[in-house]
Amino acid sequence: MKSYKSDKKYLYADRKDKNHKGKFLMSMRFDISGGNLDSAGEASSTIKSKLKQLGIGYSIIRRVAIASYETEMNIVLHANRGTLSVYVAEDHIKIIAVDEGPGIPNVELAMQEGYSTATEQIREMGFGAGMGLPNMKKCSDQFEIHSDIGKGTKVMIVIFF
Amino acid sequence: MKLKEIMEVLKAEELWDFPTDFKVYSAGAADLMSDVLMLAKENSLLLTGLTNTQVVRTAEMIDISAIVFVRGKRPESEVIELAEKLDIPLLLTELPMYEACGILYKHGIKGSSQVEILQK
Repeated sequence: MKSYKSDKKYLYADRKDKNHKGKFLMSMRFDISGGNLDSAGEASSTIKSKLKQLGIGYSIIRRVAIASYETEMNIVLHANRGTLSVYVAEDHIKIIAVDEGPGIPNVELAMQEGYSTATEQIREMGFGAGMGLPNMKKCSDQFEIHSDIGKGTKVMIVIFF
Repeated sequence: MKLKEIMEVLKAEELWDFPTDFKVYSAGAADLMSDVLMLAKENSLLLTGLTNTQVVRTAEMIDISAIVFVRGKRPESEVIELAEKLDIPLLLTELPMYEACGILYKHGIKGSSQVEILQK
């Protein structure tokens, strides 16, 4: 857990991206409200169609779609609120999810396939299989996660073209 | 196998008016959406017992060709509306999951992990 927390480079990734907006082909930012299941998945749906419009290859779009959808669902299911940002650069796509929520007590455990703290209600909806974070990582070329108990979680995913 | 043939063998009902004259190459069955995300391939059929809007959203994310709801579980109208908006065919069969999968497999529909990703 300690190794995840000490990654300062990641903490500034979001800010850095905003300062260098001009370098990106496209950037999108979505506010996600926790518990709002009716619109859950809409941000990822928009992201996917925008990337299609940009003419990005199918296998890349697929990985971005899975990663953004898993992060979006994590915010909806576990956090109070959050933002999902996507930056499209010349050679990569970066997804940054920042939420205000309970945080993840043991990130290493949460990264294990099948480990989940999801409630029965979440499981009934088909989520909480303990595959969300592992799925995100599988789709990523770079994956970083930082969580503060009682404050929230940040996830950064980079997918190279 | 074409979707209309799949409808026949599963004795499935169309939940909205969509074209059925297209080929489906593989299928995957799951009730957990994270499993669907990792298992399914595009141009693939999804068989599931889950009937909420997230099934349709998940299918949209990975370009599922059509969703088959098993065990006669009928989704709410808002689920059907969303699928229609996103142009995802929905079928409903009374067959339980295992039987629906078995019938499709017998008719040559491979599992998602057995086919290569088909570039669109």
